[in-house]
Amino acid sequence: MKFDYIVEGGEFINAGIASAKLKKVLKQLGIASDIIRKVAISMYEAEINMVIHADGGHIEGEITPEKIEVLLIDKGPGIEDLDLAMTEGYSTASKQAREMGFGAGMGLPNIKRNSDHLNISTKLGVGTTVHISFKIT
Amino acid sequence: MGVLHSVTLDRERCIGCTDCIKRCPTEAIRVRNSKAEIMDERCIDCGMCIRVCKSNAKKATTDSLDKINKYKYKVAIPAPTFYTQFKKIRDPNIILTALKKLGFDEVFEVARAAEIVTEYSKEIIESNKVVKPVISSACPAIVKLVEMRFPSLIPNVLPIVSPKEAIARYARNYLLKKGIPSKDIGIFFISPCAAKVTNSRYPQTIDKSEVDGIISMKDVYLKLVPIIKKLQPEDVEVLQLATSEGVGWAASGGEGIASKIYNHIAVDGIENVIKILERAENGKLDVEFIECLACTNGCLGGPLTVENSFVATNRMSKIKKYINLKGKMRSLDLVDSTISLDWDYNLKNKQMLKLDNDMSKALQKMESLEEIFDTLPKIDCGSCGAPTCRALAEDIVQGNANIEDCIFMLREKVRLMAQDMVSLSEKMPPSIRYFDK
Repeated sequence: MKFDYIVEGGEFINAGIASAKLKKVLKQLGIASDIIRKVAISMYEAEINMVIHADGGHIEGEITPEKIEVLLIDKGPGIEDLDLAMTEGYSTASKQAREMGFGAGMGLPNIKRNSDHLNISTKLGVGTTVHISFKIT
Repeated sequence: MGVLHSVTLDRERCIGCTDCIKRCPTEAIRVRNSKAEIMDERCIDCGMCIRVCKSNAKKATTDSLDKINKYKYKVAIPAPTFYTQFKKIRDPNIILTALKKLGFDEVFEVARAAEIVTEYSKEIIESNKVVKPVISSACPAIVKLVEMRFPSLIPNVLPIVSPKEAIARYARNYLLKKGIPSKDIGIFFISPCAAKVTNSRYPQTIDKSEVDGIISMKDVYLKLVPIIKKLQPEDVEVLQLATSEGVGWAASGGEGIASKIYNHIAVDGIENVIKILERAENGKLDVEFIECLACTNGCLGGPLTVENSFVATNRMSKIKKYINLKGKMRSLDLVDSTISLDWDYNLKNKQMLKLDNDMSKALQKMESLEEIFDTLPKIDCGSCGAPTCRALAEDIVQGNANIEDCIFMLREKVRLMAQDMVSLSEKMPPSIRYFDK
């Protein structure tokens, strides 16, 4: 099945709604809880990134009996140095986001650790697409 | 399988409104034939429906006080919440004495066991045996909530029996040593909530509960008020075993304060707990210990209590202050360190939200669920008997409801039918013709 969620920008308090919805779907599909936990952690991080850096975007994906594919697409500023962004502790989050407890520089490394596949395509001034996938079987 | 929960419906009183279906945190209630129906496998006994029902149609099935007479040796184990129910009483000894006058041979405070459970919890948390953030298992409704809605957090739940169960074990052990046969001992918990009733009758993680009966706090309160009124100061026995820390467990934050774990969070009210558990599941909760209680203001807000929970919270601090300054304690060593406080078995991931056991069938159902949901008005009016449009869509794919149960969809169908009828009525056989003016 396919899914599609809109993520609003600047909504720190409500950030995580799309991840919560997907989590519920995965639970209803009876997917193993350790996989759900990995998806929850990765998708929440990616969703928060969209809110902090790109003023929102949209999430689409597909669930099959073999795997879960998630694409997080934004029209944000793009990532200047992808290698640097993948480094633990590196962050370009705004002061406002940091005050809310975000921007610890663990987002992308956390996604990498919890997913089976992570691919990021980004272009400065155009946007970023984060492709995450998880094996079910 | 029998009924595994303690909240039941008084069919006479239920008017089939939408109050309980809308507030149930696990969407366990549907209105069918103008009566609320609880889905057994989804109910976590949080008691929210008891609290919100304006017709008083939801009840907790507790034992009647008469049941104590079935036993020769009657023991009361009151929850510390009980002390806050009485106006102007600061000394728990007064309430404990009154319980003995009511017909109990012994009273042992659940609060005493809370202190032991606290010590043991600390040991387990510090030893890193349980995945962090560790979730308290003191509130049985929360334990069931984790099992049902957050199975990925099952490894985080503290695998220790509740203070109620612990005190019952200590009590029985103590009385057996005094030579009283087990079958003669009846241990009765005075409960602030329905969840603890279920937890004693159908324990999830232990083989058998040592609690023989559960009496509603409301019922005992009514019997105790006249006894307390008659009680003279010289009649008051020194029966208290617990310090203010154990007593404080009844309030939200009490368990965390007693544990002295600095990096803890205390959440009360089931909606707040759900938000925090969502965060914990996302790996975004940087705390060591989560104390979470289903009721607002913790056990002080239990659905079987008498007093307003905010007033009770105020009274709790006065009682704690009294205990610290003037409290008289009974010298009795009830605690036996050889008695295990561990669970007999762990929680099971029952995947209760699952649409189908077969993943590809579940996927198909999910797809049609989304399709149906898209057509629904999404105003969650509850007229169909389901709490939300999404829940109705779920009921439809599971074969438990029809799309016409939605009054908006039904009206749309009627409108289309009416249109069809009008256009049909305009169709005339070629032999008859109306001419335009």
